[in-house]
This record gives sequence, structure tokens and C-alpha cells, in this order.
Amino acid sequence: MKRSYGPLLLLICLAVFPLIVRDQYYQHLMILVLMWAAIGAGWNLISGYTGQVLFGAACFFGVGAYTAALLLHKLEISAWWGLPLGAVVSVALAFPFGWICFRLRGPYFALATLALNEILRHIATIWESLTEGMVGILVMQTFVSKAPYYYIALVLAIASVVIVDKVMKSRFGYYFVSIREDQDAAESMGINTTFYKMVSLCLSAVLIGLAGALYTNYMGFIDPHVVFSLHNISIMAILVGIVGGVGTVYGPAVGAFIMVVIDELFRSGGFGLLAALGKTMQWPFMESVTKYVSQAHTLVFGILVIVVILYLPNGVVGDWELVKKKIFFWKRQTV
Amino acid sequence: MAYFEAKGITKFFGGLAAVNGVSFKVEQGQIYGLIGPNGSGKTTIFNLINGFYPLTKGEIHFEGKQISGLKTHQICRLGIGRTFQVVKPLKRMTVLDNVIASAFLHAGRKHEALKLAEETIEFCGLTAYRDKPAKSLPIASRKRLEITRAVATKPKLLLLDETAAGLNPSELEEAIALIKKISASGITIIIVEHIMRVIMTISERILAINHGMVIAEGYPSEIASNEEVITAYLGEDYSAQS
Repeated sequence: MKRSYGPLLLLICLAVFPLIVRDQYYQHLMILVLMWAAIGAGWNLISGYTGQVLFGAACFFGVGAYTAALLLHKLEISAWWGLPLGAVVSVALAFPFGWICFRLRGPYFALATLALNEILRHIATIWESLTEGMVGILVMQTFVSKAPYYYIALVLAIASVVIVDKVMKSRFGYYFVSIREDQDAAESMGINTTFYKMVSLCLSAVLIGLAGALYTNYMGFIDPHVVFSLHNISIMAILVGIVGGVGTVYGPAVGAFIMVVIDELFRSGGFGLLAALGKTMQWPFMESVTKYVSQAHTLVFGILVIVVILYLPNGVVGDWELVKKKIFFWKRQTV
Repeated sequence: MAYFEAKGITKFFGGLAAVNGVSFKVEQGQIYGLIGPNGSGKTTIFNLINGFYPLTKGEIHFEGKQISGLKTHQICRLGIGRTFQVVKPLKRMTVLDNVIASAFLHAGRKHEALKLAEETIEFCGLTAYRDKPAKSLPIASRKRLEITRAVATKPKLLLLDETAAGLNPSELEEAIALIKKISASGITIIIVEHIMRVIMTISERILAINHGMVIAEGYPSEIASNEEVITAYLGEDYSAQS
């Protein structure tokens, strides 16, 4: 009985968060966490549950983001319409892509998604008459306060967790996991594997595309290198999934929190601690240390992946029992 | 027209004829045995029947419909289930989830699929392993899981690929009993088997192949005394011809 209160309590905490924490910076971080929770949930559906690894999550993210931006830029329609339309356009991209590339299995499919990611980034860079190329597109933000964005992101994150949960308990869920475990066995159990892989990819595209459109509205500026970025979006999506727990409902949400915090910890040099330390201790070299640390966050991602795969192969949520044992080991000894 | 009929099915891998002009008929309710030395093309015939490989030549008919050219999942939907020689359990799912996933083929809703899966598990005698992950099962139970999963798709024709290989004598008896029970429930069976004791006791008719070609077809007693079959299995020294 105790467990059923957990999610409710968390929900209440999340709902009142912007009312209690007034600092724009922390509100911004939480919006990123929620956005990444949605992207992670989408990535997890196709990669974690269906076993078709998506290396290029940024292709759906970028397409969603550009749909929203171009609506305003070219047609002068509110960029908020980009949310539903971004999801539609993402699916419109996922459909032909899946149709062609689901003939490939395992790592070959993963590489094809990586290629799609790069192709779209180059198209967005070169096709200047449509996308303004590297100049990027500016979208006026609708709200001055961060709270409205926070609640929209919260709805998106909760919706994506609920959708994944519902899908995985239905026939689709059983079929997705069957395909991951053994595609030939699944096929001879009467599962149309190509069709169900398409369904899974399209659902992923919807969630990731929605997050992309939200990003445009929230950040107010996009360019090809930001939204189609390989290491900031595609690899981050994989990390969120792996760290949180591949093939778990809450994994991506937990992973999103951990990854955004770690990313920010290094980018800001330990939330400004390193710089402060240098100042108080009169260490002039601290300034360059801070600079190097803030540039090394991608290196840390690499180390983190190695550590997680070695010690927590199922992610923080998937190996929660193990995490509990390791962290609370001293408790067990005292009892 | 026969219930199930293969007409001159042929499969070339490059220049190699894995299966060459094999024809046979199976009547409804039969247990039909398929024997032959290693590499003679038995599993390839199964892969041709259930659509994993496209036919190079020939036709396959089931219940008066031509099924060659259909995809594997469509063939399964028409009522042909199969098991794999190298078992393919869905490792990280429990036994129950394995069976539910295949029960969904003919059960629209979750509770229907759950009911069908539980009945099938009971029927095949896997109840003790119901909530265990499939990867924790010993080989005999994995083979049984293969059969259970295939039966849960409600097949009319079941292709069993060496379901008795690697089992100890008591497990073997259980496997034979299960196959007889499935047959008694009205499912037609084509079975590939190396263990002569199994195939000779349960099959009503047997097809013997070697190098992808039919060498004999008939009742088990006919096959057991057939010169060509003995030659193929034991070498020319042991056949009465030499």
C-alpha cells in the first residue's frame, strides 16, 4: 500500500515546484528535465522495448522543432500549433523511413537512423530559402514567466510516461518485447513484425517530435546545429535511456533528471563552486580548471556510459535493487 | 485435394540444391514424420512451409489454398504453427508472457489472451514454470515452451522441429505423450525427428529425404526396412545390397 502513494506524492511535488522554487535558473533546469523525460520515453519505446536502436533521435526532435518554427516564420501561424503538427510531420518522416529501413536489423538499422540524422542536419543547413540555414530562426516567446512552459512540459512528460505504460500493458507491448527478444520467433507466432516496428517508431516519433516543437516555443531560437545535434540531442537521448534504465517505464524520467543535472554540473563548473573555490583560496589556476571542466562534459558522458554499463547494465531503475543495496549497505549492517 | 500438399518444392542456395523437387501429402489429423541424415534439408522444408525462405520452385497448398509466397505471420494466421530446432524462447519475458504474446493472435483482449495462455500452459504441463523468466528454463522445458507457444496460436497444422532431441529418457516419454495429446486434440502434425524410437512409434506415415530429395515414403514399417533409408543412415556396408 505504501508504494501507491509514491507517484502521487511525486506528482504533487512536481505540480507545486514552480510555486515554491522561484529561481528562474532552477525552473529552467526542471523544464529541461521534463522535456528530456518525454524524449527519453519516446526513445525507450522503439529502442528499449522494441529493440530497434534509434541512434538519431535528433531527426524527429529537429523536425518537430523546425515545424513549429517554420509555421510562424513562413505562414505566421502561432508556433504552438507546431506541437500537434510537429508530431504529425515526425510521423510523416518516420513512416517512409521505417518502410525502407526496417528491412535492416540490429546495428544496421541503428546506423541508418544515424544517417537520417546527418542528412536532415545538412538539408536544414543548406536549404537556406526555407530554413535560413545557419542563421537560424527566431521565435518570439509567448510567456515571460517560465511557469507556463513548466506546466506544458510537465503535461507532456506525464502524458508520455502514461502512454508508454498503457501501451506496454496492451497487445502492442507484448508484441514489441517479443520482437526485441527474437524477431524470427515473433514472426512465426503470427506477429507482423514490420507493421509493429512501424507502430513503435511512429509512437516514438510523436513523443520526440512534440518535445522538439516545445523546445522551439520555449527557447525561442533554433538552428540546425542545435536541434539536429548528434551529441547534444541524439546521444543525450541514448544516455537518458541507458542511465535511467532501458525497457522500464520510469527509467527515462529518472535518466533525464540525472543527465540534466550532470550535464549542468559540468557545464557550470560545479554550479559555480569551482570558481568560488578559486577565489576564496586565491588560486589563479582555478579559472582555467573551471574552463576545462565546463568543456569536458561530453567526455564525462563517455565515462558515465562505461560505468553504467559495467555496474548497472539495466540502468538506475532496472537495477534499483542493486542500487539500494550498494547505497544503503551500511543500514543493513546496523540492523 | 489433400489437406496439406507440397508439390515439387525446391530451394537453391546459390548453386546448392538444399531441397530438390520434394512432394508429399498430409491428411487431416495425421502425424506425419520427416526423417533424413544431418543436412538433408528437413529444417529447410519447414522454413519453406512457414515462409521464412521463398521457394525457388514448386507450390505448397494448405486447406485448398496456395500458401507459398505468403509471409510467415500470414501463414501462421492461416493456422500453421511451428517450433524451432534451436529453441527461441523470448528470454527476458516470463513463460506466461511468452505464451500471452502468441495467444494475442486469436484473442482480441488482454483477459482473453491471459485465459487462453493459462489454458495452454496447463495443457502442455508447464504450470510449474508459469512465472519464471524463460531464460531460466532447462532445455526440456524450453522445448516444451516452444510447443506451448505454437499451440497458443491455435494452429490446425503444427510443425515440430526436433522437439525430442537432447532429452533424457523420462523427458522423452513426456514429450511423446504431449505430442500424442496435441494430436488427439485435432491438430495435424508434421514432425522432424532423429530419434527413431520417437518417430517410429508416433508417426502414421514417414517421408525420408537425403540430399534434399525424397528417397522413400510410406508406413513406418516400410521405411524401417527400406534399403535406401538404411544406406543413407548407416552407409552402404550395412545395407543388404552390397
